[in-house]
Amino acid sequence: MSEDKNIESVEAGKEGLRTDANPSKKTLTHTPSVAMREFAETAAQREKPPEVRPATKLQLVSRSTQIKEAALASLFFICAFLAVLGVALIFAFVAFRAFPLVTEIGLWDFLTGTTWSVAEGTFGAVPFMLGSLVVVGGSLVIGVPLAVLTAIFMSEVATPRANSIIRPAVELLAGVPSVVVGFFGVVVVVPLVSALVGGAGFGPLTAWIVLSIMIMPTITTLSEDALNSIPMGIREASYAMGATKWQTIWKVVIPAAKIGIIDAAILGMGRAIGETMAVLMVVGNAPQIFAGISAPISTMTSQIVLEMGYSSGTHRTALFGLAAILSLISMSLVLTVRLVSRDQHKKRKKVKKGGVA
Amino acid sequence: MSAHETKYSTVLQTDPLTTSYYVRNLEFWYGDFNALTNISLDVMPSAVTAFIGPSGCGKSTFLRCMNRMNDLIPDTQVGGKMLLKGADIYGSGVDPVDLRRRVGMIFQQPNPFPQSIYDNVAYGPRLQGVKKKRDLDDIVEDSLKRANLWKEVKDILDKNGLAISGGQQQRLCIARVLAVQPEVLLMDEPCSAIDPTSVQKIEDLMAEIKDEVTIIIVTHNMQQAARVSDYTSFFLQEVAGEPAVLVESGKTSDIFTAPIDKRTEDYITGRFG
Repeated sequence: MSEDKNIESVEAGKEGLRTDANPSKKTLTHTPSVAMREFAETAAQREKPPEVRPATKLQLVSRSTQIKEAALASLFFICAFLAVLGVALIFAFVAFRAFPLVTEIGLWDFLTGTTWSVAEGTFGAVPFMLGSLVVVGGSLVIGVPLAVLTAIFMSEVATPRANSIIRPAVELLAGVPSVVVGFFGVVVVVPLVSALVGGAGFGPLTAWIVLSIMIMPTITTLSEDALNSIPMGIREASYAMGATKWQTIWKVVIPAAKIGIIDAAILGMGRAIGETMAVLMVVGNAPQIFAGISAPISTMTSQIVLEMGYSSGTHRTALFGLAAILSLISMSLVLTVRLVSRDQHKKRKKVKKGGVA
Repeated sequence: MSAHETKYSTVLQTDPLTTSYYVRNLEFWYGDFNALTNISLDVMPSAVTAFIGPSGCGKSTFLRCMNRMNDLIPDTQVGGKMLLKGADIYGSGVDPVDLRRRVGMIFQQPNPFPQSIYDNVAYGPRLQGVKKKRDLDDIVEDSLKRANLWKEVKDILDKNGLAISGGQQQRLCIARVLAVQPEVLLMDEPCSAIDPTSVQKIEDLMAEIKDEVTIIIVTHNMQQAARVSDYTSFFLQEVAGEPAVLVESGKTSDIFTAPIDKRTEDYITGRFG
């Protein structure tokens, strides 16, 4: 009984504090949870004389603030959740529509088949998987060094004046619609390649050049951010050791920004894998196995765009199968590169350890 | 400000070869702003010289003139004479890169490279073409020992230089500089951002290496200047926007016990700054 009294007097004390801050709360204070009640009891036992009047009144958190905070938190959560839900739904949808190919074509035949013929009803995905890999790989080989060197120039070498021209140019390049880049490819690069290596000019080499132009701004901008985030003190330390500018860049700044640059390349690769329009316009679109830098090939994305409109039945299922493979490949590529970069880091450390000991 | 005259408790040398640094009438500009004017002083070899003065008095700027780090800041200009063992470091065609190898620098914020402790110390020797593992191992061990850090890191040489404490990082930076055998070591407030134990160790190592390496230290800590230095120079910028000057220079014992200039006395006794 005495405990109850104590609780009540504590509550009374609280009430006194609360009155002008939030009178509507009075009703709530009489229904505390079990844990709260226990806490109140022990607190009451510890601090015996609860009659002590506080010398000041502390403003209590108002109900509207609480509601606002909770609403904002749930808004952010919903946005984040929508992104996750979107990815999950897309994967589920593609997988659902592609699934019938297991019975209609056979998974193994689809994945290892080298012939794609709508007329004959044979659907082998190898030409497109290979085509996509060739196109993406080549464009990275050209685009990544180009982009990283540009980023190094912008971050370490160029004067602010030069940067005031280069930076907007790179950003503009990022904003050029892919169909326009594709036009540039058809009108300028195709004849050039045709003159250089023969053939019609439609093929992997042309796609590499066009794609590397497209992924370059992404990689450049992100790499430059990574380089700029390296503290000036590290560069100064290197200069103060008697290192030249190039030694400082190659041996200190780039290793320090390595992870950021790899991330930039991964994002560029993501763009290259998904790029459809520009590739479609220059790659030749022949469902053939890769046979040289000037022989027309086709990629998964361009094949889907070309045929989805008029496809039906098994043909359509096969195209969804390509979409499923595309999703899986892009996902696994990103994961692979991440793992590789992490492994290399570990390996390097181990070598050093063994050497010194 | 041309009326200003520096007071010297020790006579300025006439032969540049008796000094480590021989500075006469040095001027320094950031763009249009004349940051330092008419600085003349000697830095004696195999000794510790302390530069003291309130914040913004140009002592760090002056220090950065001594290994031409200010070259990295665009639109700066130097006038007057600054000789290292008689050779003009601002002479035409002088390679600032080689100068900086001979005149090492420690900064206020420890700035190890985000690489292993071993690689940090081996950085300088590697730049100079030392490739043999055994030679590098020796240099790394020797440098870390001279920097009073070896005992703490000898089993974690593969650990990232940023993973150790701030004070250890600063000693790592000292080891990194010592690994290239500099003749002069410039220290720009090396102890203002680190723990007392490390400060003690750094002051110890300064005393240990000063016979081989001329040390110049910028510090805000009067006690530290009095403890570690043999010579002291007091810089002051009296009016904001006006160039800073060298007020007084001489033996540390003289400056701290019998300063000639009233302003030196005021600063040392803590009346301003």
